[in-house]
Amino acid sequence: MKIDHSVPLEYSTEENKMKILGFWIFLGAEIALFSTLFAVYFTLQTNTNVGPSASDLFHLSPVMIETILLLSSSFTIGLGVHAMRLGLKKPMMTFFGITLVLGAAFLGVEVYEFVTYVGEGATIQTSGFLSALFTLLGTHGLHVTFGLLWGGSILLQIKKRGFTPETANKSFIFSLYWHFLDVVWIFIFSFVYLKGLM
Amino acid sequence: MKKKWIALTLFSITAIFLAGCDNPLLIFDPKGPQARTLSSTILFSMAMMAGILFVVYVLYTVVLVKYRASKLNDDYEPPHEEGNKWLEIIWTAIPVILVVVLSFVTVSSTSTVEQKSVAYADQKPVVIYASSSNWKWHFSYPEEGIETVNYVNFPANRPIEFRLYSYGPITSFWIPQLAGQKYAMSDMVTKIHMSADVPGSFMGKNSNFSGKGFAQMEFEAQALSDADYKEWVADVKATAPKLTEDEFDNLLKAEQVGRKTYSSNHLEFRPAPEMDHGGHHHGGSTSTGDKDKGHEDMDMDMDHDAH
Amino acid sequence: MKWDEFFVTGEPMIYAAMVSIVVVSLAIPIALTYFKKWNWLWTNWLTTVDHKKIGVMYVLAALLMLFRGGVDALLMRAQTAIPDNGLLDGQHYNEIFTTHGVIMILFMAMPFIIGLMNVVIPLQIGARDVAFPRLNAISFWLFFAGAMLFNISFVIGGSPDAGWSAYFPLASLEFSPTVGNNYYSLALQIAGIGTLLTGINFLVTILKMRAPGMTLMKMPMFTWSVLITNVIIVFAFPVLTVALALMTLDRQFGTQFFAMQSGGMDMLWANLFWVWGHPEVYIVILPAFGIYSEIISTFARKNLYGYKSMVVSMVAISLLSFVVWAHHFYTMGHGVMVNSVFSITTMAIAIPTGVKIFNWLFTLRKGKISFTTPMLYALAFIPIFTIGGVTGVMLAMASADYQYHNTMFLVAHFHYVLIPGTVFGVIAGFHYWFPKVFGFMLNEKLGKLSFWFIIISFNVTFFPLFILGLNGMTRRMYTYSESTGYGPLNMLSMVGAVGLAIGFIILVYNIYWSVRYSPRNIKGDPWDARSLEWSTHSPVPEYNFALIPTVNKLDAHWFAKKEGKSLTSGKYEPIHMPNNSGLPIIMGAAFFLWGFFMVFSWWIPAIILGVVILGTMAYRSFEKDHGHYISVEEIERTENALRGEQHEN
Repeated sequence: MKIDHSVPLEYSTEENKMKILGFWIFLGAEIALFSTLFAVYFTLQTNTNVGPSASDLFHLSPVMIETILLLSSSFTIGLGVHAMRLGLKKPMMTFFGITLVLGAAFLGVEVYEFVTYVGEGATIQTSGFLSALFTLLGTHGLHVTFGLLWGGSILLQIKKRGFTPETANKSFIFSLYWHFLDVVWIFIFSFVYLKGLM
Repeated sequence: MKKKWIALTLFSITAIFLAGCDNPLLIFDPKGPQARTLSSTILFSMAMMAGILFVVYVLYTVVLVKYRASKLNDDYEPPHEEGNKWLEIIWTAIPVILVVVLSFVTVSSTSTVEQKSVAYADQKPVVIYASSSNWKWHFSYPEEGIETVNYVNFPANRPIEFRLYSYGPITSFWIPQLAGQKYAMSDMVTKIHMSADVPGSFMGKNSNFSGKGFAQMEFEAQALSDADYKEWVADVKATAPKLTEDEFDNLLKAEQVGRKTYSSNHLEFRPAPEMDHGGHHHGGSTSTGDKDKGHEDMDMDMDHDAH
Repeated sequence: MKWDEFFVTGEPMIYAAMVSIVVVSLAIPIALTYFKKWNWLWTNWLTTVDHKKIGVMYVLAALLMLFRGGVDALLMRAQTAIPDNGLLDGQHYNEIFTTHGVIMILFMAMPFIIGLMNVVIPLQIGARDVAFPRLNAISFWLFFAGAMLFNISFVIGGSPDAGWSAYFPLASLEFSPTVGNNYYSLALQIAGIGTLLTGINFLVTILKMRAPGMTLMKMPMFTWSVLITNVIIVFAFPVLTVALALMTLDRQFGTQFFAMQSGGMDMLWANLFWVWGHPEVYIVILPAFGIYSEIISTFARKNLYGYKSMVVSMVAISLLSFVVWAHHFYTMGHGVMVNSVFSITTMAIAIPTGVKIFNWLFTLRKGKISFTTPMLYALAFIPIFTIGGVTGVMLAMASADYQYHNTMFLVAHFHYVLIPGTVFGVIAGFHYWFPKVFGFMLNEKLGKLSFWFIIISFNVTFFPLFILGLNGMTRRMYTYSESTGYGPLNMLSMVGAVGLAIGFIILVYNIYWSVRYSPRNIKGDPWDARSLEWSTHSPVPEYNFALIPTVNKLDAHWFAKKEGKSLTSGKYEPIHMPNNSGLPIIMGAAFFLWGFFMVFSWWIPAIILGVVILGTMAYRSFEKDHGHYISVEEIERTENALRGEQHEN
């Protein structure tokens, strides 16, 4: 395995470069996936049947909290990757740890929000609008959940093995994933919540 | 090459089929202005496509006959050809022109068949609601106040406007000799325009697969002379039973039934999913289930519109 | 779910299927044990990450599915051969045309195409494997799990019965209460994820692993077609993923996406399905275009005419394929404006397709055409596919489609497109690359015999359907009355279908015959072809190329042969290769079981299997596997052996 020392560790082998390109393509597919879910949501958003409408249901404060949590986690993972490039293992792990904690907190608020909705009689079965809403949010939430498991396993590997071309590559790819979830959330925040509250 | 001859023969057989007047294919035997427009559109496109096929087949035959290895010298070496800009421009430009021509034909014929025929422009159309449930068709005449099942009568030489919807899976309403088909769906009403130039009986059917009894989901469409039509309506009103809600619900549940005739229609207690009663974004159509539910849903929807 | 509903009962055909499934699933392990082949099977095939072997497994599975789908087709033709036939009842017929469509598109055409991609692409670009060999194995096993899951629906629980397009509300729980459509949504989901991973894998492979000097515009046309196809896969398959997930939610979790009340929208399904479904058509056709380009150029002994315009037209087709989906439901009543726009975009596809046809014809012109079996298929493709193409333009006209929609005319059209456009393509590719993979040729005499059977029978089967459609016969009718006059042409079509079956049986017999009797002493380049895969040995060694070739133009191998030069230089170095892994097949099995439990809504086992799947992913993440090296001595030994064999004759 040839290692090229002129570039960051995560890019240092052919295999690593291919993995990063592959992951970008995967994110392209994820964009197609979320675009479809958004399209479904926009198609059904006024089909509220007997259930509540978006403006009945949404409250700004939990959504703001979620947004702040996820945006900060995107920032901390950026710091984590920066620390990794400097070769600082401990700070890198700390920032990744903070990212995962923020992600878990985000998920907690989202679960709380779902419970509130269901308490108000708005379940995934109530109307076309709610089916689309829960599916869009739920898909994003599942991605975050998977990210927590994935990020956790990467932390363990960094701890055990330190920075190698493999672990650096995984950490970098994970950071791409996490930023992507943040971008999706910004769309959800703007076009689902803010638009719904208007 | 044999296969090309086979294909050519088959195509000429079709041409004979199309030309043969004894037993013309249904699509080419129109009995109303809409179907006639479609028939001539199809024949026009077929002629054009036959021209394209001819060019391709001639080129193909020449090339295969002339450049087969067995006919060429052993030391013949094919030249290296990158392509030819002008040739490539020609075989891009000609299809572009053909597509432009076909686009005009498509747009004009589509808008022609999507409205009342000009031949009958001055007449008020006869409106008939056609709705499907399981594997049967209900025809409701809002003006005459009557309803039939699995057959429909209407006056010849008059514009007819069918309004379509479905109690269940998507179906497609099609009377090939009078007009093209259109979907009937549960949450919106679609419209189809047609007229019959002559009195006569025509085959009508659902063409969109809708489950077990799909193959038998046919009906007879009969164009009557004006006098016959009036007599038939008067006769139905005088002799046929009323269509009660219970009777209609039983009809909806039944898989297949024969012909039925009623002197009232279901639109009064179960309106079609159009305008206030549904529409695409409200989804409040009626169901085959609980008879009052449809109404409730619709009212809710209207309430929500008010928000 | 009650146990007495678990197994499908009551039909002699289903009992026969059950018996054959039991016999086969007993016979395979018994035979493996008897011949002591378990170890061989496991180490050489089931755990392989070698792209060539994965490709072979794809093609084998596709051939198997071709016969399953073909039996469905024969049954359909037999049922409709005479009016008022009682061979099948309505429900059974509905299940059979549904599985025919799904299997032929997703479990026959797709794996056949992907199998050929697997075998050929790394060889054609001068690489030693794909970018992610283990992911490639996972793709295969996910496809296989999906295919098997879909097929067991025939005996356990019942097959889907709402057509391959599974339109709602017909496919909803209310109108299709058996588990059939659960199988549909879950089996397609699993196979679809595998396809998406294939798409990513091959994009990276083609973008990153080409031999030195092979710029994009020096790639062989098949590689180009695969590159574009995989772009389509990456953007189209997520739409299917979402559509199927919503279907599962609607049918099994009570959501309202496509419901008739409660604010659902039935046409939303149709839109999502065709936003994926139309690009899907080009996913299976574009690679075949690539195969034809290779074969026509090889057997006309001439470079491909208009290479650049071939590439441009494929890019144009791929873009247009995403903006034509509504032509599948002009009759939904969305107005003149929308219909006109989709008519025009659809007809526009004819332009780049026409460019390709003329480029092929001009490649043949001034060539030196030899009529080998692969070339015969390529040559048959041109006139037959053109019929499919021009009828496609006719169908694209919205107004005219009001008369063609849902009729046998449409059925004839898409068979005239997909059979020459895909099936002939993969069969041609199969004959063409067979010697590369196995080191011996398929018999030409038998190949040509089956070709003539298939070509003639194809036209006899499907041409009458054009006429039936114009006479008002709708598709998916399990029966019709004698007064319709549809009988004679349907009978003719049945005769053709039998001929097609005979043709395919001869094709399989040809494989058997050639395995037994075909001479093994072929050279690396038996067709005297043009692209890089022919510059290495046949059969190809594990590492593909002992030395990676360097290319400076299109058809570099051809020119090197003519000039008597070599594309390689330098000395052997140890070659790094990936290790085999049992993980992909275990993941495939886990997905199969997960899908099976999901079909029957058995949540607890489904959740357990979900955890198992996550566990396999975690295991993979923690595993340290750096592959292995093939030593220089071993390379020399292999190369000498391969060369030695060839020098014997």
